[in-house]
Amino acid sequence: MKISEILHLADARIIAGIADSNDDLHKAFSSDLMSDVLTLDEDNILLITGLSNLQLIRTAEMADINAVLLARGKQATPEMIELAEENGIILMETPYSIYKVSGILYSNGLKEVY
Amino acid sequence: MVFYIAGGDFSNAGKASSQIKKALKQLNVNAKSIKQIVVAVYEAEVNVAAHAWEGKVTALIGENDIQVIVSDRGPGIEDIQQAMQPGFSTASKEVREMGFGAGMGLSNIEKNTNEMNIESQVGEGTTLKFRCFYS
Repeated sequence: MKISEILHLADARIIAGIADSNDDLHKAFSSDLMSDVLTLDEDNILLITGLSNLQLIRTAEMADINAVLLARGKQATPEMIELAEENGIILMETPYSIYKVSGILYSNGLKEVY
Repeated sequence: MVFYIAGGDFSNAGKASSQIKKALKQLNVNAKSIKQIVVAVYEAEVNVAAHAWEGKVTALIGENDIQVIVSDRGPGIEDIQQAMQPGFSTASKEVREMGFGAGMGLSNIEKNTNEMNIESQVGEGTTLKFRCFYS
């Protein structure tokens, strides 16, 4: 799934990073628990979360996750945006809940990690 | 490479793993090994920020492997076997609200490394050593 499709389906906006038209995500994981995200073997996935702090971006950096979607209208702090930009992470915001946005993206072909 | 972490300083936890990641990329270590190594270092940094008063990360980067030593001054671990069990945690509510403290850290470090050793003195501190071979 292209980033542009995610923006369209989730009524989302990019707040950090530059979407590359070659970016194509196949899987996503929804979690507010970074401890669980750090146990994933998959990389290049979309992380959907309601957790908005610097540790989220650090976790994405270490786990080779290049696309993060903040749900429930959570807003990124300037420090998060700076760290995301520094690491080439595309950070997006959606007003939808995790449940709603996960359901929409899943039914449009973005698969689960497990 | 040596890095210092202050207890409770979550905004700086991750700086060591971030720098180590850059250094390993420069050496053309494969992405899978880099991810395993930096996830282990990051988990260890979060542990120091969450539990200790202060700590130090030392990374010895070799041609075929990396050795990492994370030593802290802190409360120590009473029962290391218990601390290794997935789900066992003594983390505070604040740490849990940050997305950590689920009791997965040490077992995840073990999963991502080839050799791992923990020594701890209650009331003094903990030293975690691990080694990863680049695959």
